[in-house]
Amino acid sequence: MKKITLKVNNESRFVHVEPNEILLDVLRDKLGIKSPKSGCERGDCGACTILLNGESVKSCLVFAIECDGMDIRTIEGLSEKGLSELQESFIKHNSFQCGFCAPGVIISAAELLEHNPKPNREEIKEAIAGNLCRCTGYESIIEAVEDLVSKK
Amino acid sequence: MEKLKYIGKSEIRIDGREKISGAAIYTDDINFGPDLLYAEIVESPYAHAKILKIDTSEAEKDPEVLAVVTGADFPYKFGLYMKDRYIFAQDRVRFIGEQVAAVVARSAQAAQRAAKLVKVEYSELPAIINQMDAIKEDAYLLHEDLENYEHVPWFFPKPKTNIAHWRKIRKGDMDKGFADADFILEDTYDVPRYSHCAIEYHAATGFYDNSGRLTIWASSQSPHTQRHLFAKALEPLGLDHSKVRVIAPHVGGGFGSKAGVTMEILAAAIAMKVQGHPVKILWSREREFYNTYQRLGVKTVLKIGVKKTGQITALHHEIYWDAGAYVEYGANVVNAVGLSAIGPYKIDNVSIDSICIYTNLPPGGAYRGFGYSEFLFGLESHMTRIANHLGIDQIQMRRINAIHEGDLTAYGAHMNPNGLIKAIDAVEKEIEWQKPLKSDNPNTVLGKGFSIFWKAPAMPPNASSSCFLKFNEDASINLLVSGMDIGQGYLTVMAQIAAEILSVPVQKIRTENPDTDRNPYEWQTVASHVTWGSGNAVKKAAIDAREQIFDLVVRTKHLPKDSLYLEDEKVKCTQNPNFELPLKDFVVDGIITDDGTFKGGPILGRGTFLPEFSTAKSNPETGQGGHPNVHYTVGAAAIIMEIDKQTGKMKILKAVEAVDAGKAINPDLVKGQIIGGLLQGLATVLYEDMRYDEKGKLLNPNFTDYKLPTAKDIPDVVVPIIIEVPQPDGPFGARGVGEHTMLPAAPMVANAVEDALGIRIKSMPITAEKIVLELIKNNKL
Repeated sequence: MKKITLKVNNESRFVHVEPNEILLDVLRDKLGIKSPKSGCERGDCGACTILLNGESVKSCLVFAIECDGMDIRTIEGLSEKGLSELQESFIKHNSFQCGFCAPGVIISAAELLEHNPKPNREEIKEAIAGNLCRCTGYESIIEAVEDLVSKK
Repeated sequence: MEKLKYIGKSEIRIDGREKISGAAIYTDDINFGPDLLYAEIVESPYAHAKILKIDTSEAEKDPEVLAVVTGADFPYKFGLYMKDRYIFAQDRVRFIGEQVAAVVARSAQAAQRAAKLVKVEYSELPAIINQMDAIKEDAYLLHEDLENYEHVPWFFPKPKTNIAHWRKIRKGDMDKGFADADFILEDTYDVPRYSHCAIEYHAATGFYDNSGRLTIWASSQSPHTQRHLFAKALEPLGLDHSKVRVIAPHVGGGFGSKAGVTMEILAAAIAMKVQGHPVKILWSREREFYNTYQRLGVKTVLKIGVKKTGQITALHHEIYWDAGAYVEYGANVVNAVGLSAIGPYKIDNVSIDSICIYTNLPPGGAYRGFGYSEFLFGLESHMTRIANHLGIDQIQMRRINAIHEGDLTAYGAHMNPNGLIKAIDAVEKEIEWQKPLKSDNPNTVLGKGFSIFWKAPAMPPNASSSCFLKFNEDASINLLVSGMDIGQGYLTVMAQIAAEILSVPVQKIRTENPDTDRNPYEWQTVASHVTWGSGNAVKKAAIDAREQIFDLVVRTKHLPKDSLYLEDEKVKCTQNPNFELPLKDFVVDGIITDDGTFKGGPILGRGTFLPEFSTAKSNPETGQGGHPNVHYTVGAAAIIMEIDKQTGKMKILKAVEAVDAGKAINPDLVKGQIIGGLLQGLATVLYEDMRYDEKGKLLNPNFTDYKLPTAKDIPDVVVPIIIEVPQPDGPFGARGVGEHTMLPAAPMVANAVEDALGIRIKSMPITAEKIVLELIKNNKL
């Protein structure tokens, strides 16, 4: 066990981890951050996507012990001071159905908009291509981002 | 028609903020505290074997292990439509992954470690992987005791064979029908198994408390049906319905996989052996693939006779289902298809055999579409092929034979009002069917594909729904129902129905996922029936509440009842424009009268719905005489596809789909079903299939080897079209659309491939590789 510090949604959290513990499990089971979900355990589905030092990663593919001192953002952090414009756009466009993939999709889209405030349709598709959604057919997700971008 | 304020409006989903803020709680998100135990399942490595001995002694020595259970602890059968399955295997296993034992420990890691110490001795038996082998004369029997299995009265098992159910339809005169034909086309079609791939795993936590009550938290489409099956299966251990409670949090996708009972019964049973501690079972992605229901595989033999004019004279359909090791749910897929495998056509001479066959693959069960995608692949391929042979436009061929309101179905009941022709017309226009296609790219060709579809809810004739509606002090409402919002928007739609009757805005109506202790009965969230069935119950509950409100106003304000109406959360009166009584003034506290007493009290509405006209009783040899299906939903779809001539790579440039919702209570949600369902359908034909080796082992149980479409794999354009021909017994005319939207995908891709390249592919999936091989075979490449 090693004691590490994770800056989770702007709060420093201390946690003891084994070397083989996955970041996703530590977030969910030891820190109570439940929005990242497990859907494949191998980086295929993107339901566990979070921002690690500002970059989106699949938290099921990262060892927690590697993240000592790093900054982590999840959708709980994005929602702290009310929903973001991006989240409001997701609600307006019904960009989710069961909602299970939504936290990961929103993280991927938020990262895209941070780096590229005016993405085109292909860039939006590319940005969320690592997030599987079985319900929506993706169209409404793309529309939510496009609609937000068009208003900027 | 009166003006509607909330029905037909794309109201914002009432579960939107929860799901978009990360606040939505799914089953695996619930905290159970430090006493939570974890169970790991010991599974069969063989597709078919006798269990000779189970030695749990080594596992039990682990200090973190609290219990090891095996089939000996639970010699009890269960099943939704046919009791052919045990909670844990008894003396025999019938598919790879079947549960043989479970280890319960303080941590998931300890449970997994100790599970490896459970030693099971097997004696391997011949495994039957292909359903056609299973019906050979000398085939090894998977269920020797079949004649003694309990099942619903509309199943017809064939004892001493591997046939668990045989649905026969016989109508008209087949000899005459084929004799009258100018052209007969006969061919076979193959459809493999598919996995639902909800992104959320199955998860269940069971807690048998020290008072003797069993609570199960499960990701579920069927909380009440699960309670019922748990109570019945575990009755010998002292359970009854009053002692079982199922709580269903948000569901991260269902598609049929979380209907009925699969792994949840393990949590129920195991919890009873570790009384006083909650115990959790969580599936992995791999287990999602091999140990939940799968879509059944099927081989169909289809023979259709037609006149030169295109009119169908006879249809003969043999449908051989690979239903898996246990068919307690899957046999009803077989039944549903047997009833409906003429498609949305009026045909006088019909012979259908839909045959449910045991194999040593995992149990087949409900999957969005409930068997209709599978037979429509062959049927709608056939329709295009026949039209092309006759030189008739394939859309016109479908119009000529389309079923209309009042026509007889294959089993002799009357077809409901429907917008099939409207859907065909709308799709034909939107896709510009008559406009010739030409690719600008010399390396690609373009093709057009078309298909129509229908589907009925497959449910017992007494599948019912119910609703309680209670007002709060501010005239907000809690609507208690037990359907599940598995993503389709059910909760929002129920709120819209109550809103319309009671003039209360949707956002003031709280509808939550159910708890069987609190919420009234719902059969299951399957069959695309909850908008219709549960919607009817909600409407009745709202009307019941409205009647109570009016009666109270009549009693206290002495106004004629027929002059009262609700508007903007107020009672108003047509005879007295100055009369206005806000609901919030009295729906809980009652109305004060001149002597200072109060009349009334909390307004509580109640509504139930059961389709009393439905019956599954019919002649087993002909299928005639019953009314097993409450109604059909119909539609049409078309695509324009671009195919690379060298590589076979396909891209859908445009897709159009029209579905007759009766009345779209929330048009945006219906459009969401069309776009999402169509992609799920396209995935089955373009990307996915389950590959088994000859020993019955699934070779691709993960998303790397079983490819789901991503955002980069979607059609360039999808045009959803809503048709509205009201369903007379639906709430505001609505009927379900959830499953239907994926039905036309496979045949229209096959039809587009033939249109583009002149080759006919008769097995799914239709991959680039298959196209190239077919081109080579036909000397076209």
